[in-house]
Amino acid sequence: MLPLIARVAAVAALAACCLAAPALANDMAPDLLVKNVTLEVMDIIRSDKDIQAGERKKVISLIEAKVLPHFNFNAMTAGAVARHWEKATPEQRARLIEEFRTLLVRTYASSIAAYKDQKFDFRPLRAKPTDTDLTVTVRVMQSGAQPVQLEYDMEKRPGGWKVWDVRVAGISLVANYRTEFDNQVREAGIEGLIKTLRTKNQSLERATVAGAERK
Amino acid sequence: MLAALIALCAGCATNGGGDPRDPAEGFNRAMYAFNEGFDRAIGKPVATAYRDVLPDPVRDVVRNFFANIADLFIGVNNLLQGKPLDAATDWTRFAINTLLGVFGIFDFASEMGLEKHDEDFGQTFGRWGLPDGAYLVWPFVGSSSVRDTAGLILDFNLDPVVAHRPKGVRSFMVVTRALGKRADLLDAGRILEEAALDKYVFQRDAYLQRRRNQVYDGAPPRAESEAPREVSAQRGVPHSALRLIEEPAFHDAATASPHGG
Repeated sequence: MLPLIARVAAVAALAACCLAAPALANDMAPDLLVKNVTLEVMDIIRSDKDIQAGERKKVISLIEAKVLPHFNFNAMTAGAVARHWEKATPEQRARLIEEFRTLLVRTYASSIAAYKDQKFDFRPLRAKPTDTDLTVTVRVMQSGAQPVQLEYDMEKRPGGWKVWDVRVAGISLVANYRTEFDNQVREAGIEGLIKTLRTKNQSLERATVAGAERK
Repeated sequence: MLAALIALCAGCATNGGGDPRDPAEGFNRAMYAFNEGFDRAIGKPVATAYRDVLPDPVRDVVRNFFANIADLFIGVNNLLQGKPLDAATDWTRFAINTLLGVFGIFDFASEMGLEKHDEDFGQTFGRWGLPDGAYLVWPFVGSSSVRDTAGLILDFNLDPVVAHRPKGVRSFMVVTRALGKRADLLDAGRILEEAALDKYVFQRDAYLQRRRNQVYDGAPPRAESEAPREVSAQRGVPHSALRLIEEPAFHDAATASPHGG
């Protein structure tokens, strides 16, 4: 039986779906950025007929176009690989980032449909104007349950504000992958971790294709 | 059934990671596998049928009804945690939803801005300074810890639904409540399936992170051991991400004071 925690893991996926790329994202305040793109992406999800019909490929390309530009996958991957990051060659790092990004995008894509009817409460930013590293908080309202808090840890970078971790009800995505990645590396090295991620992504890819063919 | 249990226990001995937070990993993995088997055979199919048969508003009514009953002891726990204002909110919610919301089937209190809280005795013990203790997985219950198991025993013994008589009605309510909870987690379960490399580890770490967050009511103290900025700039990693690299996720959970952050 699944503990309640699973619901939280699912909303995690939603968190990342909620960031998309409007024009002039560079100078936009981080809380405004999160709000605008959350509403924009949810609007598309709710109105697009193909997505409503379960077209996973289209959700994935929506995320890639709107959401990915606002994530610092380099930092997320480094945070998840943690102490082994130092040992990885630049080439291995590039592959790790690529595979981790693919996995997260797929997870987001499958959660977005499940959470499209939720209401959001965008919390006021608690930061000084000079801060370059802060947290944007959004709450997902639910009936008969405490709201789920989404926290985007963001850093100001040359290309605008970038997310380097998402916490859902206090569960950090990056921290949650750290033990899993650590176990993989200790068993089979960095190459073993890359291979496991690739195998996982390939099986999800096959499931997506099979799902599309069934229709 | 017996054969399945024996097969499970064959796996007990293989203990991969040796995580200090999870000394009973062999036992836990066996329990986890048992729960998975039960869920695959009964929990998930029945919850899926429940979701497919009943429309959303009906399931909202069921969820609200049990959520309203829960507000009573959520208030008690808030009081025990030294948060009388939150406790007052919980009991006001209970009064409004019971009277105006027809025995709690409508959550008018939330619409009036009285926000629902989430408390239990495990969190109260945490607030009092008790560390998690070892991570534990129990049959049918799922993820827990030594501290949360103690809390759960109290939760269960004081649960108005469990205390309800006649027993027939009690059993019906307990099953319905569990079914509703499981149905609410169907999407989440599918996503967990996709996201995790090792579901057991993923779920364990998420549980421990989430409980810590709950104990601190969503604002746990953060470990601040930030590396100099130029180091992180070289790596192309935010300096604050480095604390994720250097710090074990939960090391400070046991030592930090709940009121310190």
